[in-house]
Amino acid sequence: MIAWTIYITFAGALGVLLSPRAFSRCLAFLTTVAGFAISLFALFQTPVGYLARFNTIVRVPWVPMLGMNYHLAVDGISLTMVLVTGIVAVSTVLFSWDIEHRQNEFFFWLLLVVAGSYGVFLSADLFLLFVFYELVIVPKYFLIAIFGSTNKEYGAMKLTLYSFFGGALVFIGILAAYVTAGSLDLNQLAQFQFPPQLQLWAFPVLFLGFAVLAGVWPLHTWAPTGHVAAPTAGSMLLAGIVMKLGAYGGLRVAMNLFPQGFHTWSNWIAVLAVIGILYAAAVALRQSDLKFVIGYSSVSHMGFVLLGLATANALGVSGAVLQMFSHGVIAALLFAVAGRMLYRRTHTRQLDALSGMNLGRALPFAAFTFVIASAASMGIPGFSGFAAEITILIGAWKAFPIAVWITGAGMVLVAAFTLRALKKSFFGDTIASVRLQECRVQVDSDWNEQSNSTPPITAPEKLGACLLMFATLAVGLYPKLLLDRIMPAVEAMRFLK
Amino acid sequence: MSYLELLKLASPEGIVVVTALVVLAIGLTTERASASCSAIAALGLAIAIGAVLMLPPKATLFGGMLAITPLTSLFKIICLGLALFTVFLAHSDRASRNPGEYLAMLLLATIGLMLLVGSEELLMIFIGLELLGLSLYVMTAFDKTDVRSAEAGLKYFLFGSTASAFTLFGISFIYGMSGTTGLSAIGQKLSSGPVQPLLAVGIVMTLIGFAFKIAAAPFHLWAPDAYQGAPVPSAAFIASGSKVASFVVLGKIVLVGFAPVHGSADWHAMVAGWSPVLAALAASSILVGNLVALAQTNVRRLLAYSAVAHAGYTLLGLVAGGREGFSATLFYTTIYAVTLVGAFGVVALVRRQTGGDDFRNFAGLASRSPLLAGCMSIFILSLAGIPPLAGFFGKFYLFGVTLGAGGNHGLLWLVALALFGSLISLYYYLIVLKVIFVDEAATQTSPVKVDLLSRISLSVLALLVLLLGIAPEAVVTRIIASLP
Repeated sequence: MIAWTIYITFAGALGVLLSPRAFSRCLAFLTTVAGFAISLFALFQTPVGYLARFNTIVRVPWVPMLGMNYHLAVDGISLTMVLVTGIVAVSTVLFSWDIEHRQNEFFFWLLLVVAGSYGVFLSADLFLLFVFYELVIVPKYFLIAIFGSTNKEYGAMKLTLYSFFGGALVFIGILAAYVTAGSLDLNQLAQFQFPPQLQLWAFPVLFLGFAVLAGVWPLHTWAPTGHVAAPTAGSMLLAGIVMKLGAYGGLRVAMNLFPQGFHTWSNWIAVLAVIGILYAAAVALRQSDLKFVIGYSSVSHMGFVLLGLATANALGVSGAVLQMFSHGVIAALLFAVAGRMLYRRTHTRQLDALSGMNLGRALPFAAFTFVIASAASMGIPGFSGFAAEITILIGAWKAFPIAVWITGAGMVLVAAFTLRALKKSFFGDTIASVRLQECRVQVDSDWNEQSNSTPPITAPEKLGACLLMFATLAVGLYPKLLLDRIMPAVEAMRFLK
Repeated sequence: MSYLELLKLASPEGIVVVTALVVLAIGLTTERASASCSAIAALGLAIAIGAVLMLPPKATLFGGMLAITPLTSLFKIICLGLALFTVFLAHSDRASRNPGEYLAMLLLATIGLMLLVGSEELLMIFIGLELLGLSLYVMTAFDKTDVRSAEAGLKYFLFGSTASAFTLFGISFIYGMSGTTGLSAIGQKLSSGPVQPLLAVGIVMTLIGFAFKIAAAPFHLWAPDAYQGAPVPSAAFIASGSKVASFVVLGKIVLVGFAPVHGSADWHAMVAGWSPVLAALAASSILVGNLVALAQTNVRRLLAYSAVAHAGYTLLGLVAGGREGFSATLFYTTIYAVTLVGAFGVVALVRRQTGGDDFRNFAGLASRSPLLAGCMSIFILSLAGIPPLAGFFGKFYLFGVTLGAGGNHGLLWLVALALFGSLISLYYYLIVLKVIFVDEAATQTSPVKVDLLSRISLSVLALLVLLLGIAPEAVVTRIIASLP
């Protein structure tokens, strides 16, 4: 059943490419809604007990000679990731409703990214997983290079090359596992005892390869530039889904296949994660471009995911998976506000310029959304960010107590830059608005002409924002909904200490 | 052994020879004979494919001079197929005058390919090599109106004949030391005693000759000029058919003839033999090809340098050795050839419409001809090794076999280097795609006209690249089964 998310989305991508221009966005919307509906249906219909193991859904021989199968499977972790992919995919289409330039192509690339991501989360064959994983990268390039904004070709190329650098490392790790064990089946490989010698070098190669996509410090620099260069939907996909691919790969493949290697290196992962949290938060504090702020905040939040993974206990890892979900939703929401709601109307993302525009009045809905998103991002109780981060920190307390102290300081920084961005963008002081009157002229003459008639927030935008806000609230208020499914699946993995 | 039997077993070659003569005659007697010449050439090649299918599964003539095994039959078909697509390409490339002569040269080169593929004896291999080489030199210099073509032809000829001299010299040493020119007989002789220095010289010289043919660095210097200057169909044929046949022969020579002196290219455990030599060639090709390609602004030159890099990847399978390694090499070189014929097909069409094949001629191709842009992106992405295209599976197979071959991951260094090279290559492939999809056309914005034949053949090639990536099983099992 859930495998149909992949097929429908691929079929939708082809359909969008061939359909007449007028239908393309409706078709894309229907496709993503279908994917989301299926994942939601699977969430409520699949018995919780069934999700404790990585259960096969489809298994068809593909290249039997080399041991490749078309093998899909699902467990609580996969299902959570599929769900966040569905939510983010629907909202990206809603927030791209008024794309005019090469519309069909836009939705084609977008749906390819979504379909590939569904594929990665459901693959139970190492080769298949890698196929989907690499399949996601090229559409991202086009999405950014054709439809992006600031410095788009540079950002797109940087992102793609970083991704493929990670891909090359993953390739080596996968080959090493394949050649040693003679199998590509993830469930079989998870039983195989790899020699410690191999694990010692293959784990860091494989994990680092995946972690590049998850934005691990110091290989995170593609993320802010990529996010800024991407069109809104591109940023939402990148932060919401694509960065999760890396973390998911690290968990499902690297950690699960090479547990001894993982235990040897887990301290170093924790160190990188903590540095990432602090460093990115500190950098975000100094950014003047709203999208850069959010881009760095993504890196910071992904640091929590890595920290959770590094704890190697059920609580920490489950928290990491929950954080992947939560950050996917929140980051998509933040980028939607910054890229679509604000930028489309003001043509600037400079915080100083925005602070003079008194946008809290002009765009009340956007302001409301951004407040919710910021609160969720800061980890205010009641939102998913809190549930996820507190679970991670409890897990980390058992493994690395010092890291929790440092991360606590990091959370203050996160709150600081989020509040700063919130205040500057929507609730700028009136004195500044007078002072920056001339600044406006420099920034964009359009804005001045139509400043009296700011186009209101459109219905698709409201719908998309409500969907994302609902998701973060629902999981924040009732995290058991996902944790009950994630926790048993994590406990079934063999790397737990 | 009767002549009738010889005729029967050599019937594919015979058919191509007859076709070549007929095409030549038509070309000489009638003016404007482009269409009929192409039709006859295509027909002849198709019949030859049929004749290959009718051959007995196993036969040998004259001590291996003409050998028919499943392997040779399979690759004769592949070579004939590639020649067929080149004929289509040449047909739409109206720049070439004297179509009869051009197609006759192409068919003669095809015979060279078939001899190369279908022989297990050094002398015959050399004759095939020379027939192929001489035809290709002429085909390269065929465009009399273009000074670049003449330059390319001369360069190719000078390098090629030097390399042939090396090969012949090497062969003479090998013959002198082993007293035979049959590959399996050489193999037996080599295994019986220690390797004499003179024999080592002979082996290295033979390898140099083939390194030139497959354009492995540092013997690649002719390739960029030939790829860029030659008429597009010639370049396509050099890059595809000639390369496939060379890899088949090289594989047979090293894995059958020189099998006992395999050596080992494992890190920290190198043993003298041909495999460290090939490993060094592969490593330098991957580095040189990919790094120099970064600086290119002409699509054909870029493809040439990437061809150098791909020769390096393909050599990995031979370094790994064994049945698996050879099969990975053959699979990779086959898909590479299919991809390049397609890529050159697109280049030919763009060149005809815009008068050049620099990046700026490709700018905005996506809006001018979505079909060409789509096909080109499939070919380029396959070369870059992006799933689900053929190039990705080829690389996975090749690198997997290579990593598994050395004891204790001894060839990891080579695999890591190759992956590093593919990473570099991604940059320039993406630049090509960026030019096609992102850049706006500078001067002309009229749609690129594509005739029906090119439309069909390009779509077929693109589909083939996609299918070979999604369902490689059919071809891989066939190749594996054909290897002894």
